[in-house]
Amino acid sequence: MSDDISEQELLDRLRAGDKAACALCIDLHGAHIYRLALSLMKNEADAEDVVQETFLSAFKHIGSFEGRSGLNTWLYRIAYNAAMMRLRRPSPFTLSLDDALEPEIPAMVPDQLFEWCCLPESEFETNETRSFLQAAIEQLPEKLRTVFLLREMDGLSTQEVAEVLGISQDAVKKRLHRSRLWLRERLSEHFAGPMGV
Amino acid sequence: MSTETHDCRHLLADLSLYLDGEASATVCAEIEQHLQDCENCRVMVDTLRKTVYLYRHLERPSLPEHLRQQLFKKLDLSELI
Ligand SMILES: [Zn+2]
Repeated sequence: MSDDISEQELLDRLRAGDKAACALCIDLHGAHIYRLALSLMKNEADAEDVVQETFLSAFKHIGSFEGRSGLNTWLYRIAYNAAMMRLRRPSPFTLSLDDALEPEIPAMVPDQLFEWCCLPESEFETNETRSFLQAAIEQLPEKLRTVFLLREMDGLSTQEVAEVLGISQDAVKKRLHRSRLWLRERLSEHFAGPMGV
Repeated sequence: MSTETHDCRHLLADLSLYLDGEASATVCAEIEQHLQDCENCRVMVDTLRKTVYLYRHLERPSLPEHLRQQLFKKLDLSELI
């Protein structure tokens, strides 16, 4: 089956139990779901279980998918809920107070104002820098990490992230911003450190 | 608290919107005006922009092949692997 069929056509075929459509759906969305699962579960074995559960459940319940959101958003929600169940957290959709509890961006001027952005490119193009940044992303506080991953690494829109996590678009924007500030701070420490700044 | 610090804190909250081109024209003008006079915020904007650039160029893990095969078998899609 060709990769460039429309989502509507894919959905129609999934609903009809078309095997090739299931395979295509996994190949289109599997990597995204895996990355979300890995970020939430923090180990490969559990992430793999979440991915399996997500697709098994999705194909079983495809008839109840109304198509008001995109298929990807729906799959993310299933995966997110599956991960939360495994982590034994309450479903995020019961937390309607979530946005009211959204902490403000701390009123601080960041500590690290070393101008590292203009270092030579060779400083950035190292495996060490890439691993450092990857590790920093994994250490993002969970509330920030999930928003960050969906919005920045998987390219969902603000509205889609809000739908997946059951939070407001404003909360998505705030968390994304806090993630960036947090990562910038880590990178500043990283680049300032060895240079004795 | 000096006025400068107050402005810096105030602007910090809008910097992502600014970098993403989602800030209002008023906010953009305010930020650009401030950046002309504030070295700290200029560094902040430059390094924040570079941070975004760096993580957007990271490699992302793909679906492990053994997991894909397991899934296809479970769903009786083996002939499509
Ligand atoms: Zn300033």
